[in-house]
Amino acid sequence: MLRKGADIVIQTLKEEGVEIVFGHPGGAIMEVYDALYRDGGIRHILARHEQGAGHMAEGYAKATGKVGVAMSTSGPGATNLVTAIADAYMDSVPVVFITGQVPTHLIGNDAFQEVDIVGITRPITKHNFLVKGIEELPLAIRQAFYIARTGRPGPVLVDIPKDITQKLSDVSIPSLEELKESLPGYRPHLEGNLQQIRKAVRLIMEAKRPVLYVGGGAVQAEAQKELVELAELMKIPVATTNMGKGAFPELHPLALHMLGMHGTYYANMAVYNCDLLIAVGARFDDRVTGKVEEFAPQAKIIHIDIDPASISKNIVVDVPIVGDVKIVLRKLLEEIKREGAKLYFPEERQKWLERIEGWKKKHPLTYRKSNTVIKPQYVIEQIYEATKGDAIISTGVGQHQMWSAMFYKYSFPRQFINSGGLGTMGFGFPAGIGAKLGRPDKEVFVIDGDGSFMMTMQELITAVQYKVPVKVAIINNGYLGMVRQWQELFYERRYSEVDLSIQPDFVKLAEACGAVGFRAEKPSEVREIIEEALKIQDRPVIMDFHVDREENVLPMVPAGKSYRDMILEDGKKAVEAETMYLVG
Amino acid sequence: MADTIGSAELNAVKTPIFREVKKGEVRKHIITLTVRNELGVLARIATLIAGKGYNIEDLSVGETHEKGISRMTLEVIGDDVVIDQVVKQLRKLIDTIKVKDLTDTPHVERELALIKVHTATPRARDEVLRLVEIFRCRIVDVSPETYSVEITGTEDKVNAFIELVRPFGIKEMARTGKVAMKRESIPQEEE
Repeated sequence: MLRKGADIVIQTLKEEGVEIVFGHPGGAIMEVYDALYRDGGIRHILARHEQGAGHMAEGYAKATGKVGVAMSTSGPGATNLVTAIADAYMDSVPVVFITGQVPTHLIGNDAFQEVDIVGITRPITKHNFLVKGIEELPLAIRQAFYIARTGRPGPVLVDIPKDITQKLSDVSIPSLEELKESLPGYRPHLEGNLQQIRKAVRLIMEAKRPVLYVGGGAVQAEAQKELVELAELMKIPVATTNMGKGAFPELHPLALHMLGMHGTYYANMAVYNCDLLIAVGARFDDRVTGKVEEFAPQAKIIHIDIDPASISKNIVVDVPIVGDVKIVLRKLLEEIKREGAKLYFPEERQKWLERIEGWKKKHPLTYRKSNTVIKPQYVIEQIYEATKGDAIISTGVGQHQMWSAMFYKYSFPRQFINSGGLGTMGFGFPAGIGAKLGRPDKEVFVIDGDGSFMMTMQELITAVQYKVPVKVAIINNGYLGMVRQWQELFYERRYSEVDLSIQPDFVKLAEACGAVGFRAEKPSEVREIIEEALKIQDRPVIMDFHVDREENVLPMVPAGKSYRDMILEDGKKAVEAETMYLVG
Repeated sequence: MADTIGSAELNAVKTPIFREVKKGEVRKHIITLTVRNELGVLARIATLIAGKGYNIEDLSVGETHEKGISRMTLEVIGDDVVIDQVVKQLRKLIDTIKVKDLTDTPHVERELALIKVHTATPRARDEVLRLVEIFRCRIVDVSPETYSVEITGTEDKVNAFIELVRPFGIKEMARTGKVAMKRESIPQEEE
């Protein structure tokens, strides 16, 4: 049967199980939009800016585990997607980006709305294609989905010239077998080497002071059950990264919460003093390690990761295990049980847990409370309580993101959605819209900063149009808060260009767009408006919380410094070197 | 501010032994790749290496006996640890089928150069002819003023020849970059 290229695109998307596409039309992608209209089987969300469409697709993918799809036209449409593509690349989010391209005969001629998007996105995609003929079209799209979701997930871009979407062809959609044959060099390794797994088991049983360091890979693999079993069976405390939040339930007694730059005192102390660090789907990012020479200085390191290139990239490890986190953990648990799940130093292990308890008691996550001014942390605690810890939280980037990581407790994977690797301001709101569309059964709160929100706030109208009841809590301090904090701490309070106190009236903005707006200026109003917001289910809500302007995110390890240089929440004093001693 | 936890052990505290970051040796690496001959594959590889801050010293590409499959040989100068990372990243590319760092494996290396030498005097013509004989190269083009010489061999051999003919005046020169292949036999004397 002869079909237009554009119809092949839509058919292939449906074969891949795509239910929703985020995008913005334009000249070069018009045929695909026409096919979308005629077919009627896929829901399309019209973002008001392609960056918004990209982040929505990411939020959808992060919240559901499915592949997100974002679509745009050529040229400026495609370049507007670039930030979202880079963001998805850094956080290993499976998203297929489809861009229109100028007709084949004009490529390279500086045609209207032409840009070499395949060239531009080469370093920020897992793979990308320019479709050169209609025969390649269905295979390219199938390959894109396959590559995006298997192995270490990531963004894949398919650039389709306009004439190819217009041509007729009877090319069929390739099977999975044909698809795999077409990619001879692509074989993600899932199983994990048994020899290495046995070495790891031995180290885990022999360790006196082990710590699990869990990252986004464990969320992707949905390995929560295995992690809890391993932690409980071998009595190992668990620190999670920003991306790993929810991979291990945070109310669990073995939870150390976040480690690294804005990690808890006890997580950082545990990592600093451990003799075995088990990294699971984490990549030793510099926001985690600080000064690498002084990161877990006494520890042997086991690293489980699906990406062989992640291993020994920043830190040379002792036992590398390449494979899917869930599969490897299962095998590891099997081996542990086969060995009788014994601990070589049970007393030492007990002492280790007690010492960690002590650290938790000494410096829990806390902040100075106030009756007169709203503390940002308080807002997040109130959201946590009002939603009974069950909401999906999406954030922008900055102080509010870190407070959201610290003061909301996450218990299931895919619950905390934020831009970890690229640190994209403006990510949270569109990602929250995507998350809510993917998980309509959950409350979705966007905890955003005033600076972050203003970067993509035009998507408010998108949320109104599609009746997406996301709750946006703006932690409004009238500053680019994180930059201000650094300026306060490291630049002698020279607040260069961070004042955002001239800003729109967010309540009126909400109303202008047909959403609901609330404002809180006193602590007593906080819970009230959250409860009000929770009642609204047919449109988005903006809650504008005017918070303490100069509140800081603490604890903090200054960039590139050791955990020994951690600044604590009380009195903002750096920890003296001799207090961060090594035990054992 | 003293840590109250385990303060009894404070006296027994060991001097911290910080994790050393191993810096690798900086040297020439010969990397061979088998790749699908797809649009942009060369750009992908070049972008990746440039993105790590390294320059490709030399590069050669050509199709293999299998249709659609090309082989590349490239030479990069860099830190061992970082090159290992580059090799891993190259392996991750969807278009690459095989990537090998041949640096520490016995291998055969060859390079081809075409050199146009000024040979306007009978003395120069005699001398260059003799060098061509000694180096077992071929003269592929002759004019009253020049000889064009084709030379194949290791980088050292090609360099040595170039240095010997340089005094006569080199009018033009083109080198292919290396091709390399793992040796199957035990290392032997270069023929």
